[in-house]
Amino acid sequence: MDTGAWHRLAVALRPRRTRSQAAIAILFVLLGLGLALQVRSNAQFDGLSTARETDLVGILDDLTARNERLAAEERDLQATRDQLSTGTDRSTTALEEARKRADTLGILAGTVPATGPGVTITVTDPQGKVDAAAMLDAIEELRDAGAEALQVGSVRIVASTWFTDARPGTVVVDSVTLTQPYTILAIGDSRTLAAALRIPGGVVENLRGLGGDASVAESATVTVTALRPASTPAYARPVSTP
Amino acid sequence: MIASLGLVVGIVLGLVLHPVVPIWLQPYLPIAVVAALDAVFGAVRATLDGVFDDKVFVISFVSNVLVAALIVFLGDQLGVGSQLSTGVIVVLAVRIFSNAAAIRRQLFGA
Repeated sequence: MDTGAWHRLAVALRPRRTRSQAAIAILFVLLGLGLALQVRSNAQFDGLSTARETDLVGILDDLTARNERLAAEERDLQATRDQLSTGTDRSTTALEEARKRADTLGILAGTVPATGPGVTITVTDPQGKVDAAAMLDAIEELRDAGAEALQVGSVRIVASTWFTDARPGTVVVDSVTLTQPYTILAIGDSRTLAAALRIPGGVVENLRGLGGDASVAESATVTVTALRPASTPAYARPVSTP
Repeated sequence: MIASLGLVVGIVLGLVLHPVVPIWLQPYLPIAVVAALDAVFGAVRATLDGVFDDKVFVISFVSNVLVAALIVFLGDQLGVGSQLSTGVIVVLAVRIFSNAAAIRRQLFGA
């Protein structure tokens, strides 16, 4: 029985050339083709084409839920991005503001050089009668007229500047003894400053009355280079405003 | 011999050329393949029984494929395509198993 079966198999496997064998060959070629294609297409479509309706509905639900989740995530991320970009803008603006403020305060405190239109006043005092009070008058007059940065000789004039008399013909400003001719540099609207100095009974007239002389030169560019070291207040603290 | 050669040639052709299956053929291809497999197992069994006949094989092969495709087509038209496909697959699988059992008994006597 066994040998008979194997023998018949061997006989069947022996190649023969008949019409029906050719037909069988063609059929098997088609079968192999179909097998390969089916396996390939299944691999390609993840088996979706053969999945049942309920499975497809489940898959669709999954995809929809996933899609919604991702859309929500996208919205969140976009909001975060918008926030971050406006935040960057805001901090950039704040930084610029702070820089401008620092420049302004630096000019006021005399820690940075300043340049701009202004006047140069040269005071000569051959009789040595121009005293600290006269100098202070001149400075106050310039401040009243809107001078934004002031320098006397090599000293930057700030809020804490003081004047005092020393030997006749000299004035001490912030511990620096100035010698003649005194030079005052003031940055501001040059015409206003000059006019303020020259008004009748004003600084220039007063200085002339004392026996000195003052020449006022307006110029488009006055550069105040004298600096004053920034001092950190030891006791005073800013009041934090909300 | 020539049959297994044809099978190998067909598989290689399918893998190398990977032609696109026409869309109207796609629902029928898997059923047709299984039906053809059924015919092949039947042919092997007939060979071992000594009753193999070329004509019978060719006709059974072609008719198996056509009937399977027709059933699936009908099922699609009636709206029970997937159920009918499942039924056809079950029937063919049962036949393949019984043929395989007969082949096994013939070859190994067990």
